[in-house]
Amino acid sequence: MSGVRVLVGTRKGAFILTADGKRKQWDVSGPHFAGWEIYHVKGSLADPDRLYASQSSGWFGQVMQRSCDGGKTWETPGGGMGKTPDGMPTGESNKFVYDTAPDTGKPLTTHQFYDGTQHPWEFKRVWHVEPSLTDPDTVYAGVEDAALFRTSDGGKTWEELAGLRGHGTGPKWQPGAGGMCLHTILLDPTNPRRMYVAISAAGAFRSDDAGTSWKPINRGLRSQYIPDPTAEVGHCVHRIALHRSRPNVLFMQKHWDVMRSDDAGDSWREVSGNLPTDFGFVIDVHAHEPETIYVVPIKSDSEHYVPDGKLRVYRSRSGGTEWEALTKGLPQRDCYVNVLRDAMAVDSLDACGVYFGTTGGQVYLSADAGDSWTPIVRDLPAVLSVEVQTLR
Amino acid sequence: MIRVVLPPHLRTLAHVRDEVQLAIAGPVTRASILDALEAQYPMLRGTIRDHVTLQRRAFLRFFACERDLTHDPPDAPLPDAVASGAEPFLVLGAIAGG
Repeated sequence: MSGVRVLVGTRKGAFILTADGKRKQWDVSGPHFAGWEIYHVKGSLADPDRLYASQSSGWFGQVMQRSCDGGKTWETPGGGMGKTPDGMPTGESNKFVYDTAPDTGKPLTTHQFYDGTQHPWEFKRVWHVEPSLTDPDTVYAGVEDAALFRTSDGGKTWEELAGLRGHGTGPKWQPGAGGMCLHTILLDPTNPRRMYVAISAAGAFRSDDAGTSWKPINRGLRSQYIPDPTAEVGHCVHRIALHRSRPNVLFMQKHWDVMRSDDAGDSWREVSGNLPTDFGFVIDVHAHEPETIYVVPIKSDSEHYVPDGKLRVYRSRSGGTEWEALTKGLPQRDCYVNVLRDAMAVDSLDACGVYFGTTGGQVYLSADAGDSWTPIVRDLPAVLSVEVQTLR
Repeated sequence: MIRVVLPPHLRTLAHVRDEVQLAIAGPVTRASILDALEAQYPMLRGTIRDHVTLQRRAFLRFFACERDLTHDPPDAPLPDAVASGAEPFLVLGAIAGG
């Protein structure tokens, strides 16, 4: 019997929503880690019962959580009672220390701060966890201040992939309104050495050697809010997405503009087309139709809610440019929620399910690829992230 | 035994219901209490003070015997009542946020 497990991160804890393949009756568990901000929860494709969660707090900092039973129980993987011979804990799952080693961490750069001065990197939180496609113990973490970390021991210890910060453009990266965060990590399912990341506000980057070295892939992006609108870096990319069958085709929701690349990010073209506004955060791809994509337009960079009081998902069946509003089941008056960058996901059941969460605490499902929508839950804390596992 | 009262979120994280008791050999200071606390409850490393710099996290404060000890040097001896276990050492979260 197939089923789905929806992993929801919110401002005040994590929730797990489960249903069978009909997606009619839902069981809701949580809040897990009650009272903490859960930026992201994601499961391993290699072992669906292995989940990782980023738990953080302004008071207590970062904690990483791991479940080996699909979210029934959780542990801090490096926080047990094991000790090294000198009495120190064997793992420190929440220790994210930027690499300053002369051979791998150089040059340790500063980045541009809000006032234009240079500012050293300071770890704040993990925005996104991306489990390896093949090994449940290997996970990538995108953090603020922007950097990429990896664990290969199931989350006990983390090390920075320092080539990303070290490749040279770091002094031009700058924080967006939400901080300077590495929020998107895409692993190429056909090429284990290729991966993509996106950073606000720096842009998109690609590695072709499993994360050792990186290149900016922002040609074609145009951002009026930076001194050189076509600069190599400095763009506030909000999200990128790809379809597993065609990983060289990327879709991007930028601060403003919806973009597309057909050459693995080497060049981009705008596909905003007839969207009512091309500002937004999320973008995702249908599980079975690589040219069918979804966005949720947001009014503007100063008004982070849907335009006209109407919650509308827009779908393009042509890979962009031509968009249709999907409204059935969604509020069409007096609605002023936002949908954040990690808060949309799709399942891979035969009839592709599309899910998104709002800052108003609703998690919506469309079991017919967007034609109609229904809320699974209505009253959670503000939703930060939504991921879906298709269980078979 | 030294008694330590943690804020509720850290008690949850450490899987303790009540105050924590620590055995400390040598001077009883804020640093030695936090060293012992983190050794006994490794999941708390990084949540009270930074892993590397050992700087206090900004929104946490330390109290004992009705005194705010937050800005005392970390190696300053704590009151005798804390060292004897008569009074607990309190880790408090600042009242902030929503």
